[in-house]
Amino acid sequence: MTADQTFVALSEDATQNLTTALFLVVVGITLGITVWASRNTKGAADYYAAGRNISGFQNGLAISGDYMSAASFLGISGAIALYGYDGFLYSIGFLVAWLVALLLVAELLRNSGRYTMADQLAYRMRQRPVRTAAAASTVVVSIFYLLAQMVGAGILVSLLLGVTSDGVKNITIVGVGALMIVYVVFGGMKGTTWVQIVKAVLLMAGTVLITVLVLAKFNFNISDMLGSAADNYAASDRAKAAGTDAQAFLDPGLQYGATTTAKINFISLGIALVLGTAGLPHILIRFYTVPTSRDARTSVMWAIALIGSFYLMTLVLGFGAAALVESEGQADIVSSGGNLASPLLAEAVGGGPDSTGGAILLAVISAVAFATILAVVAGLTLTSASSVAHDLYGSVFRKGEATGDEEVKVARIAALVIGAVAIGLAIPSKGLNIAFLVALAFAVAASANLPSLIYNLFWKRFNTRGATWAIYGGLISCVGLVFFSPVVSGKVNPTTGETASLFPLGVDFSWFPLENPGIVSIPFGFLMGYLGTISSREDEAEARYNELEVRSLTGAGSEKAVVH
Amino acid sequence: MPERPEHHQVYEDMHASADFQELRKKFRAFVVPWTIAFLAWYLLYVLMSSFAGDFMSTKVVGNINVALVFGLLQFLSTFVIARMYSTYANRELDPIAGRLQARFEEETGTERTGS
Repeated sequence: MTADQTFVALSEDATQNLTTALFLVVVGITLGITVWASRNTKGAADYYAAGRNISGFQNGLAISGDYMSAASFLGISGAIALYGYDGFLYSIGFLVAWLVALLLVAELLRNSGRYTMADQLAYRMRQRPVRTAAAASTVVVSIFYLLAQMVGAGILVSLLLGVTSDGVKNITIVGVGALMIVYVVFGGMKGTTWVQIVKAVLLMAGTVLITVLVLAKFNFNISDMLGSAADNYAASDRAKAAGTDAQAFLDPGLQYGATTTAKINFISLGIALVLGTAGLPHILIRFYTVPTSRDARTSVMWAIALIGSFYLMTLVLGFGAAALVESEGQADIVSSGGNLASPLLAEAVGGGPDSTGGAILLAVISAVAFATILAVVAGLTLTSASSVAHDLYGSVFRKGEATGDEEVKVARIAALVIGAVAIGLAIPSKGLNIAFLVALAFAVAASANLPSLIYNLFWKRFNTRGATWAIYGGLISCVGLVFFSPVVSGKVNPTTGETASLFPLGVDFSWFPLENPGIVSIPFGFLMGYLGTISSREDEAEARYNELEVRSLTGAGSEKAVVH
Repeated sequence: MPERPEHHQVYEDMHASADFQELRKKFRAFVVPWTIAFLAWYLLYVLMSSFAGDFMSTKVVGNINVALVFGLLQFLSTFVIARMYSTYANRELDPIAGRLQARFEEETGTERTGS
């Protein structure tokens, strides 16, 4: 039985009505927040940074809401359900990464910037080249991340409605895109922040509920759950086809252990995950929404606690899905690339496919996943729109002469345009793997953004040429290597004989063997930043380093909260 | 909107002050070694997952193996290092930063807000 048939069987009127009603509730709440926020947004600091009046705890929730995307909720639990232990790497890398943000970036950025990632570079560099470069990488990272979420929304909704036609996926993508444009155009950072806070609470509550129900099935004995998951795997066709036993599901290497190339791929992925977070523009600008650097620290502490607990629970969701979902459901998990593991697990612990409890939990968890997607796309669109308005329009085109209100007007138009572009790109990208797109966004963030952020804060000699070379070098090498990797061409699925790349069978221009480019492109970004710097001198950048250092460490002269 | 914040001579004076030099020294004394430590510890985990499969597969209790324990220790170390940094910053860094901030506001005549 295929995914489509199961979902047609499931989708009796009552279930569908319940799911639709819950989705509408989510949409209603978020639009209500947007209306409230639009009435309370009165200037650039409100629009870009929520007036810097969000508390540390609230921002911790909002960061968690921004970070725990569909790729986390659906993707990681799915990867664990499919590959067992190897899926756990995502959880660990995504969490440890927060130490980089906490120790090296969050407070220093809050003290030295205003609205965008580029502000901190522009503090001591020549405005136009660094802002153009930073805006380019901000938009590229955000678009990759956006595509992942929108593709995820299309898959989720079409499977829930039991219709797999492209039409439903397209309508969903357009609908999600339209909603995110509304959130960002009218709600700005205030609206986006509260959408994320609500989503984070919903997601944590839903995940705790399912985790407790799963563990209760095993009398809270984790070893039993692991054993049951591994036995289920060993009995599956794909385990027999691969010639692996139950033990392989619990040990490292099922997905990434076969060859040396696969192992290097795993290490490359691990490096991109841990270094990417602190370079994600939509995470960085969240640090501007709090009044002081001390609140930025508090917000990261809360984010680490919330995100860490969430990722520990994804372990239970993933192994739980492998252990508890019946065999037809397992086939659906495999055919959806793992993305359906969490919703189907919710159905299983609610009483199974034909039970009322199962139908209710499935609808609830699907609505939570939908809220997750909406919140994340709003954050990403706002980030890109802010960078276009503040960096490109305000500084590059108007050379700093634009007023705050003019910038906000441009940001609203930019949100509309970026939303439309994202919709246009997401429709032909429906077949792409969500986790891959997100991992790529992390690799670009780590390669293009992190080197210049770190150099700028810790290296006096660093200058404009170093910054632009680091950003463009990391950006181009990362995207370029993916283009010439098996992701784009030349990979064949060994069991089906069909293409496993973007390009059809027979087209092969892949000369770079790794699917994850980080192990090459991240050092390359750092190297280019170094070479650019030592090959030029810029007295102004060096002269202003002391000022940047004082300001970033003490907060002296940093942007204040808006008093209404 | 101004392209970048106006330059104050007071930043240069503050940079040369003993307070600031101490703040910078204390900040780097925590951040540099601990960043190297947690990155090395994480890299060790990634490398062992790839190249020390036999060791990672060793059972500890029931179906719980070394790999799972090692992964959970990464969570624990993240929580502990974050907590240590927060405590350290509250105790060692914030008081000095607060003094310097007050001095900046006094010398530039800006209003002091926040903590």
